[in-house]
Amino acid sequence: MNILSLFGKRGERASASVAKNRLQILLAHERADNGTDAVLISNLREDILAVVAKRFDIDPNAVRLEMDRSEGVTTLGIDIELPPAAKVS
Amino acid sequence: MSNATVVVVTSGKGGVGKTTTSAAIASALAKEGYQVCAVDFDVGLRNLDLIMGAERRVVFDLVNVVRGEASIKQALVRDKKLDNLFLLPASQTRDKDALTEEGVASVINELRMYFDWVICDSPAGIERGATLAMRHADEAIIVSNPEVSSVRDCDRIIGLLDAKTKVAEDGGRMPKHLMITRYDTERAKSGDMLATDDVVDILSVPLIGVVPESKDVLKASNVGLPVTLADETSPAARAYTEATRRLLGENIPVTIPEEKKGLFGKIFKGRAA
Repeated sequence: MNILSLFGKRGERASASVAKNRLQILLAHERADNGTDAVLISNLREDILAVVAKRFDIDPNAVRLEMDRSEGVTTLGIDIELPPAAKVS
Repeated sequence: MSNATVVVVTSGKGGVGKTTTSAAIASALAKEGYQVCAVDFDVGLRNLDLIMGAERRVVFDLVNVVRGEASIKQALVRDKKLDNLFLLPASQTRDKDALTEEGVASVINELRMYFDWVICDSPAGIERGATLAMRHADEAIIVSNPEVSSVRDCDRIIGLLDAKTKVAEDGGRMPKHLMITRYDTERAKSGDMLATDDVVDILSVPLIGVVPESKDVLKASNVGLPVTLADETSPAARAYTEATRRLLGENIPVTIPEEKKGLFGKIFKGRAA
């Protein structure tokens, strides 16, 4: 063991711990989930679409919902592309 | 009429580097400015999301789209770094008949409208998943390790590409490219590993790239980055970037990038096995 190998190992351990962390989050989620996310998001999308459609004429395909999971928090991102002529009515 | 090119990345044998190759080529194409979609066909055992670092953002998947439960646009996951790179994830369902021939055809046709390149990451084996992944391809990248069982399985896959694909059924011939991965220059020199020329001779498929065995591939997968985005200077990234230029039609000789060893690397050469 020399000082150089210490440096090398440190670098690799860093990426390995990222890998471990990513797997833990992913697997915890996959073990618990049986497609419930997809159903939830699908329903949410319908609801949001209905609300937004009251004010805007939107293309149902221009609505994107994204979920992002990290260790303690799950965030939901909603991205709605408004038509070019959209005005507040 | 779209000008999209659909490429299947296939091998027959598992673990040779199909997913790594799919992610690396898709990212390298996106870096060139093309609109690119990587499609994971490995239903039940998806991993392309993990290699591309998109696993936490997968909501809908290929099976949802095929079944009409989500639109393609809803299922596409945009890459964190490149906004012209997308992933269509596979699902985790155990139902192996989840994908239908017609469903896959319509998904690929729709993707052709939005993208310049569609990279289909095939599952291992020669079952339904693998044949569906190659079914609508315009070109094929065949991934092989310089090792007997991998080469033999590639030969089976080449047979399928020439028989079971749309291109073949229409009387055409599928253009094929051979990608040799996990190549170990030292062992090839000492004669303990099949050389690239041997593999090319046996399979009679033109070589598109040789990717050296590299610790950077594992590192990139740990952090969820395609190897061509993780460290552009690594030998594996250089090999994939060059291969991508060949895929784009550039005529450049195939080289085998080597690890740049610094002074210390040279002194301690051979220490790390």
